[in-house]
Amino acid sequence: MPVFAGLDLCCLRGDRLVFDGLSFELQSGESLILVGRNGSGKTSLLRMMAGLLRPWRGRLLWNGAAIDDDPDLHRTRLRYVGHQDAVKPALSAAETLVFWARLAGHRGDVDRLVGNGLALFDLAHLADVPGRFLSAGQRRRLGLARLTVGSAPLWLLDEPSSGLDIASIGRLEAVLADHQARGGLIILSTHVALELPTARTLDLDDYALDPAAALATAEDGAAAPALDDDGMPERAAAGAGLAEDATVGEARA
Amino acid sequence: MRGFITLVERDLQLALRQGADAAIAVVFFVLAAILFPFGIGPEPSVLARIAAGIIWVAALLASLLSLERLLQTDYDDGSLDQIALASLPLELVVLAKATAHWLLTGLPLIATAPVLAVVLRMDPAGFGILMVALAIGSPVLSLIGIIGAALTLGARRGGMLMSLLILPLYIPVLIFGAGAVEMAVSGLGARAHLLVLGGLLAAALPLAPFAAAAALRQALE
Repeated sequence: MPVFAGLDLCCLRGDRLVFDGLSFELQSGESLILVGRNGSGKTSLLRMMAGLLRPWRGRLLWNGAAIDDDPDLHRTRLRYVGHQDAVKPALSAAETLVFWARLAGHRGDVDRLVGNGLALFDLAHLADVPGRFLSAGQRRRLGLARLTVGSAPLWLLDEPSSGLDIASIGRLEAVLADHQARGGLIILSTHVALELPTARTLDLDDYALDPAAALATAEDGAAAPALDDDGMPERAAAGAGLAEDATVGEARA
Repeated sequence: MRGFITLVERDLQLALRQGADAAIAVVFFVLAAILFPFGIGPEPSVLARIAAGIIWVAALLASLLSLERLLQTDYDDGSLDQIALASLPLELVVLAKATAHWLLTGLPLIATAPVLAVVLRMDPAGFGILMVALAIGSPVLSLIGIIGAALTLGARRGGMLMSLLILPLYIPVLIFGAGAVEMAVSGLGARAHLLVLGGLLAAALPLAPFAAAAALRQALE
């Protein structure tokens, strides 16, 4: 049984269907890289996995149990790094991490944990610098350092490398590899190539129902008309599959 | 519970570091109340009669003033996402935020109110009840306020919208808060009014966090 899985996920934002029929499975120690054009739903999918956004249809399972059965428990299993770094201008780097560690429920030796987290992202010399004096890249690193305080198995990262220099990307890759080596799961969206051991790629454009996206995918391929022709029946098949699932669900009910 | 305290502590720490934010509500409270004698004239008998009402209206507006930033800054910089993903239930997050808001605005208002009462020539017999009424009523303002703040989160011109949503809900607190002082001054006893205020607090304390948390979940989607 996969540790974390999504079944037939569908995302509706406003009245636009962002993606549909998306499924994935992850074992512990595996990672999944989400790619796709802007607006293909990478952030939405990550927020769904975090439980912040409810899927329009479909289910997310952790060890076979739906995550919305016990959202409080699911939250303790994950760390999420979004586009924003959640760094307060008035709090120093160390204070920021101490706060997040405390909020995550850590007691006692928080200082050592925080020192370690800062060192991993080369922020130790900035520990006492208030957030307002940190550069965009440094704030990003501080946001990422939050991953290392705590022991949540599932890391959800939304373009973690944005704003980072090459050395910092190297550090990030090392931290991610270490997390995987300890059996953690990583799901991240990115536009740049990140070196991750045994990473699989999920292209969200494959699940887009937006005609513009289908066109873009078609243009990418060499045999555009052939792909376009393939695209239509494929989507129809996916639709039929969903209908089938729905009937099965009804029959079961 | 520890997460709750951590969150309140952080909000207090942030507000005290950015000292201006915390002071603005109190300064606004004093200025708004002091405008009335200028408008109405310094006639002591007139002022004494409306002093309690003025102080309560000024307190409502001061409380409203600081509500907009209560959740908005955390929402804008992504902190709210992270807080929502912490192990603390969202209802307690809301309660922690409201507690911090009350400590930073409600408490200073209670402390400043007697000074304003003197300035507005209120009968000294009402001073004690004014403070008690504010002590019971101002947490209700923070609790109702955070529902509005959560509902208008992320909306354009959310602050204006929030005022429109919240001010009508403040009316019961205003009626019984000002009424309590009126009763005390006229010697009729403020017990009934204070009990109603207490009832409002007893209702808002468990209900407001649920309403605001539901609104927050919607805003975070």
